[in-house]
Amino acid sequence: MDGIPAYDSLTTPQLFELIDLIKRVHGFDFSQYTKASLKRRLVRIMQFKKLSFYDLKHALVNDQAMFQEFLEEVTVNVTEMFRDPSFYKALNAQVLPYLSSYQHIKIWSAGCSSGEEVYSMAILLKEAGIRQKSFIYGTDINTEVLKEARMGIYSLRKIKSYAENYQFTGLPGTLTDHFTILYDAATIHSEIKQNTLFSVHNLISDTVFNEFQMISCRNVFIYFESDLQEKILDLFYKSLCPLGFLALGSKEAIRSDFFRKRFKVVNQKENIYQKIGA
Amino acid sequence: MLNQDILQRWHRSEVVLIGGSAGSFKPIFRAVKGFAEGLNKSVIIVIHRKKNFFSEIEKLFAENTRMSMREVADKDVIRKNTIYIAPPNYHTLIEAERIFSLDVSEPVWYSKPSIDVTFESAAEVYGQNCTAILLSGANQDGAEGMLKLKQAGALTIVQDPDEADMSEMPLSAIHLGAAHYVLSNNDIFELLKQ
Repeated sequence: MDGIPAYDSLTTPQLFELIDLIKRVHGFDFSQYTKASLKRRLVRIMQFKKLSFYDLKHALVNDQAMFQEFLEEVTVNVTEMFRDPSFYKALNAQVLPYLSSYQHIKIWSAGCSSGEEVYSMAILLKEAGIRQKSFIYGTDINTEVLKEARMGIYSLRKIKSYAENYQFTGLPGTLTDHFTILYDAATIHSEIKQNTLFSVHNLISDTVFNEFQMISCRNVFIYFESDLQEKILDLFYKSLCPLGFLALGSKEAIRSDFFRKRFKVVNQKENIYQKIGA
Repeated sequence: MLNQDILQRWHRSEVVLIGGSAGSFKPIFRAVKGFAEGLNKSVIIVIHRKKNFFSEIEKLFAENTRMSMREVADKDVIRKNTIYIAPPNYHTLIEAERIFSLDVSEPVWYSKPSIDVTFESAAEVYGQNCTAILLSGANQDGAEGMLKLKQAGALTIVQDPDEADMSEMPLSAIHLGAAHYVLSNNDIFELLKQ
């Protein structure tokens, strides 16, 4: 089109070419990611780096650091502690009483990014008095963000916004009670960190690795097309114990008829489900 | 003044996009009330909204329109005669299959939802079968997206900055050359009733 600089747009055939290339060279399959978002992320990279389509293609194949940057950019790593406070309220009221009846509680936070959700969950369990018997696994496709998750150090700027979320959850005290603050960073207390484990897991290509009482996968499905969502629902179904809970993002309802029969709605607004027999 | 060009492009539009921020609630509310019953278009509204505050916007709109009203959820199919409103704390995008997809990536112009994001993705999908209206607001979100829409052949209309409570948003679009027409409030509402 006239007037649009070369690095400001990407045609659909070009997008598919990149997806195909990345799959062959790096083994990551983005073919069932939602295209509008994927395209937007790629165009952003082209704009930042002032790359044409051909430059981008070349860099993604030959420059490992560039590929790592691409991975970080496209696997959107924006997350918050206590994102959607009403979700944590619902967990507290409708799920934790049930979970506390287990001797050991295993929770999987799938697509955990830099760990904010894992630590939010840990604080929630602590306040409910069941932290000691619970274990939280955080997994992500991206090794770099997992390093941040393990450190549990967040900038004060972020903590300020997370603390605002916390106020809406109705939990006692303030978020910063769970952190040690030094200069412009806040470090999560080691007692919150206990019983957490962060590791790489690719929802698209990896399989069941444990049995859980609850799986939380929020705002990950929005990046996947419906067929892929269904495939991952199958993975979650198989990874849950009987009557285990599944939490999706508040805009990510289960749409598939097959799985609507296999999950009971616990909270419709927050998309919290419970595994039942077919 | 509504000329033949505006009316023609309005009538061929499958979708109407409305973007606004501070000061846009009143005109959007009036628009929602005024849409004709058999509009036969989808309406997508992006207003800057704050997270964590339960808002009555959807309820208020739903009670005052002849169309169906829905806050966008992931993978919703975009239907005619329905007003969609972008949810807070997500960007709303449109897929080629005419379904919505959401995105939690960083804010654009400090805003999530961002008007630019929705407008840009609509430009790719709808091209000339689209009318976009940008209203009052205190920042420049929407201007870039509107330019993309204009380049893709969509009809782009900006509220007269003198009539907008906050003129920066309409002015930014005008300065960028993104507006086909700058219309008065009365003309805009007259068009939406067509």
